[in-house]
Amino acid sequence: MLQYTIRRLFSLIPVMCIVSIIVFMIIHLTPGNPAHLILGEDASEESIKQLEEQLGLDQPIVMQYVNWVKDIVTGDFGQSVYSSEPVLDIILGRLGPTFSITIVSIIMILVISIPIAIAAVWKRNTLIDPLFISISLLGVSIPEFWFAMLLVLGFAVSIPLFPVAGYIPMADGIFQWLYHLILPSFVLAAVEIGLVARMLRDGMLESVNQDYIRTARAKGVKESIVLMKHVFSNALIPTTTVIGAMVAGLLGGTVIIETMFTIPGMGQLLVDSIYRRDYPIIQGVILFIAVVYVIVNLLVDLLYTFLDPRIRYD
Amino acid sequence: MLKRKRNLLSIGILLLITIATITASLWSQTSPSFIDPTLRLLSPSSEHWFGTDHFGRDIFIRTIYAARVSLIVGAVVAVVATFLGTFTGLIAGYYKRADSIIMRIVDGMLAFPALILALALVAALGGSVANIIIALGFAFWPIMTRIVRAAVLQVKNVQYIEAAKTTGASDFVILTTYILPNILSPIIVQGTFTFARAILAEAALSFLGIGVNPTTPTWGNMLQEAQIYISMAPWFSIFPGLGIVLTVLALNMLGDGIRDAFDPHAKKQLKKRKKVSQQKYA
Repeated sequence: MLQYTIRRLFSLIPVMCIVSIIVFMIIHLTPGNPAHLILGEDASEESIKQLEEQLGLDQPIVMQYVNWVKDIVTGDFGQSVYSSEPVLDIILGRLGPTFSITIVSIIMILVISIPIAIAAVWKRNTLIDPLFISISLLGVSIPEFWFAMLLVLGFAVSIPLFPVAGYIPMADGIFQWLYHLILPSFVLAAVEIGLVARMLRDGMLESVNQDYIRTARAKGVKESIVLMKHVFSNALIPTTTVIGAMVAGLLGGTVIIETMFTIPGMGQLLVDSIYRRDYPIIQGVILFIAVVYVIVNLLVDLLYTFLDPRIRYD
Repeated sequence: MLKRKRNLLSIGILLLITIATITASLWSQTSPSFIDPTLRLLSPSSEHWFGTDHFGRDIFIRTIYAARVSLIVGAVVAVVATFLGTFTGLIAGYYKRADSIIMRIVDGMLAFPALILALALVAALGGSVANIIIALGFAFWPIMTRIVRAAVLQVKNVQYIEAAKTTGASDFVILTTYILPNILSPIIVQGTFTFARAILAEAALSFLGIGVNPTTPTWGNMLQEAQIYISMAPWFSIFPGLGIVLTVLALNMLGDGIRDAFDPHAKKQLKKRKKVSQQKYA
């Protein structure tokens, strides 16, 4: 297990190399001079030169990359072109809302998809099967932002149950915090609920006909206990792998949802910075998201081997 | 039987949307950009089936026209990602030495949520249809590589391929005539899903105002404009969204259908499951 963990950590090195190259290249993909693009058409030669120096654009590209990586490793993500504040500080200041919305969605996903999956297995081969598949298919076919618009129309405009937009920090009252997060988190969760429930259901269906389940039934264990204790706990293992993909979906979704609900998180920061052509922040946010995603997937992999001792990675 | 009907339904929906959007200028007298301030935000009627928008433009006509960009972007992205992914996947699966290099790059790219990678690329390249296609194609190919590689590894050591090798067939011949035809089904299935995901991603980019030029009617652009009128004119938000859902749903259903049709294993399992449960309840 320790050996596997160490090897898995080493495998992150090439991944992070590729990630850093992609993030670094973003600013160099811009057609023309990035400094010119950031400052606009009427910028003076002098200010362009100054910005080029600040961004290190006057050096050869390999040197730029090396210096950039060196800075990142020491925690220096550069400065915002727009506000001149350090990028890392800006990003850290935006973490709270994004973290809140992601956590609330994950809880919603689990609370809703687990009972649905169990019900679908319990009543398998009935009308619930096609219904279940249709709903999970619909889940991956609806654009998040449109679903959000419908929910706002239904539960914030027509029936004013929830706020249309906005974010209250947890420190200002946990109830208000949660109240403002319900709609946006539910939109994020909705897409994933179908996927997670389907994975759980398929995992459970696979073990339903296994010998040990038959043994349990044969010795007279109640069907509900068979389902909960034997079938469900075994289905949890393949489902952990979905968590990685789920986090990717959530992080991608927060960009849209935060912008729509004016939640001042990282997603909104990314979109605002794209409008402002604030490349150091764009790079910082994307790098940050990629690192979070890589770490989550690492933890999922390790959890996987921990949950299922049959799996041995050699 | 039911499944075949579902596939036909999906193909029917897609054909209908494609034909409607291609021939739109033939059967409709109104242009999608025809502005009439006296007709602002009218609710759906026999004259304007889906109502009108804040410039008095007909939403039905615009929704139909908007399918063009979505279908083109989706189709081209699907082709680009499938082509790149199949090519790299074949090489990674077949040549051990190339495998580790290609898969490290793929792993690195998969470290970004696809939408965020596309967002960053469009931010750098600028928002035009061509750049969106490049960005989405780039964001979606690594998944295809993974799937193709896994499929190649499965069929690579089958006997007939060994036989082909001993007869002196070149690697190129083995890859294209023996391996590729055997792994077509996962490629087609994933290609269909990529088509669907690309349409969703393009709509999201346009909705955020980072996508296709806002004057071009696309579903994402229309919804972006509709957002402020949501309480005044809900139809403005509803119909373009339905366009997206219908198209993407049809593609996803088709992908599922193709997978079921190609996968004899799934069918057998289903039968077995049925049999067992029938025994149980008998």
